[in-house]
Amino acid sequence: MTILEFARGPMLHFALAVFVLGVIWRIVTILFLGFKRYHSEPRNGLVKSLIGGMTVTGSRSWPHKEFIGRTGAGEAIGYGYHIGLFIIVLLGTPHVVFWKNLFGVSAGWWPTLPGGVVHVLSILTVTLLLIVLIRRISHPVLRRLSNFDDYFSWFITFTVMVTGVMAVFGLGGRYETILAWHIISFNVLLIWFPFGKLMHAFFIFPTRAVVGYLQSRKGAAT
Amino acid sequence: MTQSDNNRSSQPTIGQVLDERGVSRRRFMKFCTAMASLMAMPPMMTSALAQNLRQARRPSVIYMPFQECTGCLESLTRSFSPSIENLLFDTISLDYNHTLFAAAGTAAEAARHEAMEANWGEYILIVDGSIPQGAGGVYGTSAGESFVDQLRHAADGAAAILCVGTCASFGGIPYANPNPTGAVPVSEIIHDRPIINVSGCPPIPAVMTGTIVHYLTTGGVPDLDKYGRPSVFYGQSIHDRCYRRRFYDEGKFAKSFDDEGARNGWCLYELGCRGPTTYNACATVKWNEGTSFPIESGHGCIGCSEPNFWDQGGFYEPVTSKLFEDRGQIGGAAAAGVALGAASAYAASRRKKKRSETAGEEESS
Repeated sequence: MTILEFARGPMLHFALAVFVLGVIWRIVTILFLGFKRYHSEPRNGLVKSLIGGMTVTGSRSWPHKEFIGRTGAGEAIGYGYHIGLFIIVLLGTPHVVFWKNLFGVSAGWWPTLPGGVVHVLSILTVTLLLIVLIRRISHPVLRRLSNFDDYFSWFITFTVMVTGVMAVFGLGGRYETILAWHIISFNVLLIWFPFGKLMHAFFIFPTRAVVGYLQSRKGAAT
Repeated sequence: MTQSDNNRSSQPTIGQVLDERGVSRRRFMKFCTAMASLMAMPPMMTSALAQNLRQARRPSVIYMPFQECTGCLESLTRSFSPSIENLLFDTISLDYNHTLFAAAGTAAEAARHEAMEANWGEYILIVDGSIPQGAGGVYGTSAGESFVDQLRHAADGAAAILCVGTCASFGGIPYANPNPTGAVPVSEIIHDRPIINVSGCPPIPAVMTGTIVHYLTTGGVPDLDKYGRPSVFYGQSIHDRCYRRRFYDEGKFAKSFDDEGARNGWCLYELGCRGPTTYNACATVKWNEGTSFPIESGHGCIGCSEPNFWDQGGFYEPVTSKLFEDRGQIGGAAAAGVALGAASAYAASRRKKKRSETAGEEESS
């Protein structure tokens, strides 16, 4: 068995199983825990509270005007590499083929972006990821807040990106070897995903919505 | 002077043979220029190559076909018009090939033994086909000898071994799962001779010729890649040299063999083309005297020059797919996740309840 066969065969299957098990485990646990019972009279009805939840989801996803000078750049970089990652993962040709195969759909409507666009976005995203790391290390508060989880989550995302860029540009060795390392790093990301901060991909918007909903029900301005 | 030295010095040079056959200098130089270009030599090397090739003595070649389909030999010997590649192939002293030989049976075997003895330690051994080792090698026998024994004996007296085709190089189709004959490539049996793999199913004739020319002109083995193939021919992927590559870069793909994309000649990646993981000279040297290659004819590359190409999944599955035929494992993981989540939530609520009960008891006491 070659390294590529191993990466896209048993290792990928194992990583996906861990990913699915871990993600569902964490989501189901939270759902089953339920909400704390509130004994006071709700200040707003269900509809208004749900609208409150949605409002908070939007407002918390944008820098607060009072702090925009301090947090704006960081948020812009954050948005930048997240958007880059999404576009590359969802519209890069080899990835689209992968998703179609994973979900078992032919999906002729699923478009792919020209390789040149994906290449440019990949380099930009790698650059932004590097800036994010430099900022995390150099910012005194961020540095104190950071732990292994933050650095490892960054490292594995960065590795997936760099090996992908290397495979596309034919750097560092034969295509199938670099492709194998790209898939192996992706597999490690899948395995790590449910147990680290990468899980924010599933939690970030629901938690904001729930907080907004509960605050709205209590009549608290957010 | 040994018998083989005598035998070698009595052989005419390739230049003498070509002159006898009426090959003009101009035609010979054109061939040498093409070969130099094919082998990525600088232009000024052409005359040196021509001189060395003309002066080279005809090497004795023993061509041993084992577990194979004769497709490689067809590729090497058949062409629409007699080319200088054919002439070169004729020029070498092909002392044994039981497919091409007029002689058969005992006479052919006697000729092989005689040629091997006369050129012991000097001849080039060309192997075509894999070697079955299962059940003591009885799946492949010739003249009362198993292929394994024939190969071992022939390899003992060879200066170098040229594995023609994917079967001899990597096991090929006989080696594919479940490999009922226990087929193996030459490199799994012979370890003490230089081995050059010229893989492909079949290999490109010009690649084969180029490898022979290199051996004749330099007397050595060319630079090889990690699979023992000449780097000059197998150094780049089909994908990197494919004329459809620009469509890949533009994101234009044929989705089926009869859609608009296919008619427009767009990239065949989504139809399973193995170009990105296949290393060969098909896209540059091409087939049938430079007419075309499979992708140019509208079909994706099947990766026939790579090890285990027959076991890499369907030929119509893209390189990055063919991964999830059985989704039961993922379904099982999802079910286990739900069960684990429910159990974790239950355990957490039990812990919480116990803590609040303990706190209540402490307050009341």
